[in-house]
Amino acid sequence: MADTTQFDLVSPERRLASAAVTSVQIPGADGDMTAMAGHAPTITTLRPGVLSTEGPDGTSDYVVTGGFAEITAEGVTVLAERAMPKSEVTADDMAALIKEAEDALAQAKDTFKNEPGPVDDAAKLLADMVAVGDHIRV
Amino acid sequence: MPSLKDLKNRIESVKSTRKITKAMQMVAAAKLRRAQEAAEQARPYTERFNAVMARLAASVGDSDTAPKLLSGTGSDTVQLLIVMTSERGLCGGFNSNIAKLAKTHAAKLQAEGKEVKILTVGKKGRDQLKRDYGSLFIDHVDLTDVKRVGYADAQSIAKDVLARFDAGEFDVATLFYSKFVNVVSQIPTAQQIIPATFEDEEEGDEASTLFDYEPSEEAILADLLPRGVATQIFAGLLENGASEQGARMSAMDNATRNAGEMIDQLTIEFNRSRQAVITNELIEIISGAEAL
Repeated sequence: MADTTQFDLVSPERRLASAAVTSVQIPGADGDMTAMAGHAPTITTLRPGVLSTEGPDGTSDYVVTGGFAEITAEGVTVLAERAMPKSEVTADDMAALIKEAEDALAQAKDTFKNEPGPVDDAAKLLADMVAVGDHIRV
Repeated sequence: MPSLKDLKNRIESVKSTRKITKAMQMVAAAKLRRAQEAAEQARPYTERFNAVMARLAASVGDSDTAPKLLSGTGSDTVQLLIVMTSERGLCGGFNSNIAKLAKTHAAKLQAEGKEVKILTVGKKGRDQLKRDYGSLFIDHVDLTDVKRVGYADAQSIAKDVLARFDAGEFDVATLFYSKFVNVVSQIPTAQQIIPATFEDEEEGDEASTLFDYEPSEEAILADLLPRGVATQIFAGLLENGASEQGARMSAMDNATRNAGEMIDQLTIEFNRSRQAVITNELIEIISGAEAL
C-alpha cells in the first residue's frame, strides 16, 4: 500500500476534512495536479473545480472555489474560500455560483473597459464555474 | 415616605426586571458558546492563510512590482476607519469601548492633518460616532437581518472596501473591533488591513522551506491579497460576535445581581414601614383605651 499524507480541507467557516490520504487531486490555477506523499513543497492557487482525495477510507470529492493549496512535507492543506462535499451540491447552488460569476464578468466589463486583464480573469472564472457545473451533473 | 402599596409595586417591578435580565444573560451565554465555536472553527483558516501570506509577502514585499494592497499607495493622507460594532445594545461598555478607540484614533489622525473617512458596520457604533464625526461617514453596513455572520457577509464588505481602494478613495484602512479574551475582558483593537501587515509567527525551520509556486509568487500574491482583506474582516466579525455576547453576559449578570440587592433593600424598607404602621395602630388603640 502506498504511503499516506495528511490532508486538511479548511474553509473560513469550518474545517471540512482532515484525514490521511494516499493522493489528492487539486484543481490548480495552471491545471490539475495530483499530490501524493513526498511531493515537492508547492503553493498553488485554485480555480473553481472538483477536488478529489483517495485514501484508505475510500475516495471523496469536494467542490471548491477560490483559495490556495499548500503542499509541504507534513501534508496537504487546502484553504478554499468556499468548499462543500460534492454530494451536497445542488443544481441551485451551482446556478447561484454561475450567476455570481456572470455578474462579476459584467461588472469587470463595465469597470475595466480598456484593460483586458480583469475581464479575462472574470471570463475564465465563469468558464470554470460552468465547467464544474457540467462535471457534477454527469 | 412611600406608602406600603408603592413599595410593593416597586418590588414587583424590580423583580420582573430581574427576570428579564436573567433571561438575557442565559440567552447571551448560549449565543456566546455558539459564537466562540464559530470563531474557533475559523481560526485554522486564518492562521494558515496568514502564515502563507507572511511568507509570500516577505519574499515579494520589497520589489517594485509588489501589489498596491501590500506596499501601499505611497502616501497615508487619506485614512479609512472601518468601525465594527454590534446591532443591539444592552451589552455593557462593548460598543462604547470600540467607539472610544476609533474616536481617539480619528482625533489623532486629524491632528496630524490627515483626512479621515469612516465606514461603520453595526448601528450602535454609528450612533455613537455620529455626533462628532457624522460628516466623515462614507457608508454603513447593516447586519441587523444577519442571524449568523457568514463569510459571504465579510466578502461583501471587503468587496466594497476594495472597490473604494481601487478608485483611490483612501490610502490606509484600519479595522476596529473587539478582541475576545474571555467573558469579562474584551480588548478593543485597531488593526491595519490595507496595506496588508502580517505577523510572522513562523518558526525558523519552516520558513526556510523552499516552495514551488504555481503560478508565480507575484500572481499568487495578487490573487490572495484581496481574499486576505475578506479573511481579516471575517475574523474581526467573529471576534466581535463573541465579544458582544461575552460583554452582554457579564453586563446582564451584573444587572441581575444589582436587581437582587435592590429587592433585598426594598423588602427591608417594606417590612419596616409595615412594622411602623402596626406600632402606630397599637399606640393609637392603647392611648385611646387609656383616655377612657
